[in-house]
Amino acid sequence: MENPVYMDHNATTAVRPAVKDAVARALELTGNASSVHASGRVARSLIEDARERVAALLGARPRDVVFTSGGTEANALALLGAAPGPDGGPERPRVLVSAVEHVSVLKAAPDTETLAVDADGVVDLPALDAMLAADGRPALVSVMLANNETGVIQPLAEVSEIAHKHGARVHCDAVQAAGKIAVDPAALGIDMVSLSAHKIGGPTGVGALVLFGDTDLSALVHGGGQERGRRAGTENVPGIAGFGVAAEAALGGLSDFASLGAWRDGIEAVLGGHAGVRVFGASVSRLANTSCLTMPGVQAEHQIIALDLEGVAVSAGSACSSGKVEPSHVLAAMGVPAEEAATAIRVSLGWNTTEDEVQRFVEAWNEVYAKSKAKDVAAA
Amino acid sequence: MNDMSDKPEFNGSSHKGRPVYLDYQATTPVDPLVVEAMLPFFTEKFGNPHSRSHLYGWEAGDAVERAREQVAALIGAGENEIIFTSGATESNNLAIKGVARLHKDHRNHIVTCATEHKCVLEACATLEYEGFAVTVLPVSDGGLIDLDQLSDAVTDNTSLVSIMAVNNEIGVIQPLAEIGALCRERGAFFHTDAAQAAGKIGLDVDVLSIDLMSLTAHKFYGPKGIGALYVRRRPRVRLEAMIDGGGQERGLRSGTLPAPLCVGFGLTAEIAAEVMDEEGARLTALRDRFLETILPRVDGIQINGDMEHRIPGNLNLSFAGIQAEDLMAGLKDLAVSSGSACTSESVEPSYMLKAIGLSDELAAASIRIGFGRFTTEQEINFAADTIAAEVERLRQVKSIRQTSAA
Repeated sequence: MENPVYMDHNATTAVRPAVKDAVARALELTGNASSVHASGRVARSLIEDARERVAALLGARPRDVVFTSGGTEANALALLGAAPGPDGGPERPRVLVSAVEHVSVLKAAPDTETLAVDADGVVDLPALDAMLAADGRPALVSVMLANNETGVIQPLAEVSEIAHKHGARVHCDAVQAAGKIAVDPAALGIDMVSLSAHKIGGPTGVGALVLFGDTDLSALVHGGGQERGRRAGTENVPGIAGFGVAAEAALGGLSDFASLGAWRDGIEAVLGGHAGVRVFGASVSRLANTSCLTMPGVQAEHQIIALDLEGVAVSAGSACSSGKVEPSHVLAAMGVPAEEAATAIRVSLGWNTTEDEVQRFVEAWNEVYAKSKAKDVAAA
Repeated sequence: MNDMSDKPEFNGSSHKGRPVYLDYQATTPVDPLVVEAMLPFFTEKFGNPHSRSHLYGWEAGDAVERAREQVAALIGAGENEIIFTSGATESNNLAIKGVARLHKDHRNHIVTCATEHKCVLEACATLEYEGFAVTVLPVSDGGLIDLDQLSDAVTDNTSLVSIMAVNNEIGVIQPLAEIGALCRERGAFFHTDAAQAAGKIGLDVDVLSIDLMSLTAHKFYGPKGIGALYVRRRPRVRLEAMIDGGGQERGLRSGTLPAPLCVGFGLTAEIAAEVMDEEGARLTALRDRFLETILPRVDGIQINGDMEHRIPGNLNLSFAGIQAEDLMAGLKDLAVSSGSACTSESVEPSYMLKAIGLSDELAAASIRIGFGRFTTEQEINFAADTIAAEVERLRQVKSIRQTSAA
């Protein structure tokens, strides 16, 4: 049987061949990176090479890259480990997060305050300004760079400018954005950035929190003092080595990634031609690979099953919650009525998507749509 | 002697032109069968195991659940009692902080011991800073805890006792069954860091009355970056998560599971269960062989840690009058260590060796020799010869220096 067309790259991506080679090579080496003998030093140099490559993805200093087990841990570390602010102090900062954040940000800290978004899913900047002005305590603002469900890109430069005006720090979950669009956190004024390898052709089980400026952290996981005391535990050497190669490949492939936009726009042009089909966030800046769109009157679960039978793999939203039937919190925050949100699926292309696959997806979608309309007619 | 070209080529864990690897307590080579099982999950079976809407997700999810069963089987647990983590450090932090914080309103005391891994002691120190009472038990000269002292330490206020199964520097096995029984009787939860024990000694969570157990794959021929925490369901152990989010791992540990690593860990556990007895016997013979070779040739060797209650693949030896640093510098053909890898970059003598009564001087004269599945008899012979010769050379140098200084 032919493998299904994979249109769920925002859930995870296949590792690039060069990444697989790097991981496989590292798996065959023995060595704990903290050991002082030659085997340990080889492991250490693999990690430090990878640290440079991951730093290069964001224009960061290698020493400010803290490797973690993935994006979720990076988000938890940022939100729980953040210092209260430039002035320090014993209290935890207020944590303000946008309503469309990944659930690992929404749930990372107790008592987070939610920042609204508009109908396109873009954060409400005047509201952020007002929330920070209303309370003088040290604060941390966490706004993602690109949304995992809609691909909508947030105005981080403006977010940072407002936050810094009030003495607040900025964390940015760039798990879906880094390696897909150019990201310059220093220019954007971001203090901390979360990354994950498996969204950009790297392996699962590895991510990073990258610090900028004088930002520092207290650790979430204590122990042997690895990662400059910010994250203990024997390093996942093959995973980290793979992450480094993936970061470098993604950085070199940014223009290829941008060109996925032509295929995505093609998909939306065809599918959007049908009455009632709505594409979310279409009028604002989005990732080139992502489309979140409805099939009127057809529940997302039914679309997914029908598309699966046609040989296409998509999802109704983020993989973490895709086992559940709850409606998307992202679409709800954008004011999409629950009935309409329930008919939305996410289509996401990736580094190894082919034009043929795009074509097969469009045909499959049209087939499912036509059948649903035929059923409507038969029922009428 | 130390010229690389003099080193014979072995078929064991040393690759061509590389030192003989004798640091199996720091990490182990990944079993080639495990690597082979993992690789497809990076490429063709790359799905997110939490994607429930397509084949890619299902096959990755099924593989993760199969791995969970394999890990559970190794310790006599149910598969719904296994929480995958990034490794033993995370598991230890989750178990200790998670149980202590959840139960703090009615029990705010925890008990551990002086020779625990640094991450256990650091987690306990964090809790102490948060206001918990922490008792750190001493150990005997052999490295074992005293059950009477444990019994005195555990009170109605104790929520958790965390005692490791096997020590990472001296390989000694703590009396788990007795500790478990005592904790059960007192209503305290028993957590054990089994990072160095899994796959080396039989560990049945019911027989040993263990409530929480930390595991890691890379200490027994699996990949780095994956571990597990066993959390007993009956009677249920409740704990607070450290990492929240998508609610994976029954809400106790959010984050996308790394399917290739889980698959590797699962097979690691399955292989270990199969070969444990045979491998233990073979390593015991290698250890005896090593000692028989080196003890008659070198005066003043002290073996650190109880020899009776000990895993076979570990030795910790002190060479009176010699600096471990000098010795290791002279052993270019051997990869050995002076103790735990996490702290091996530090020049401080091992806190564990000091806890079993060694002076600073003797602790600084100690090396750890760890061997395992891929170590050959040839490598063991070579190591014994090389170490004996180097110790002799260092002692001669020292004696010449002393003579010329006099």
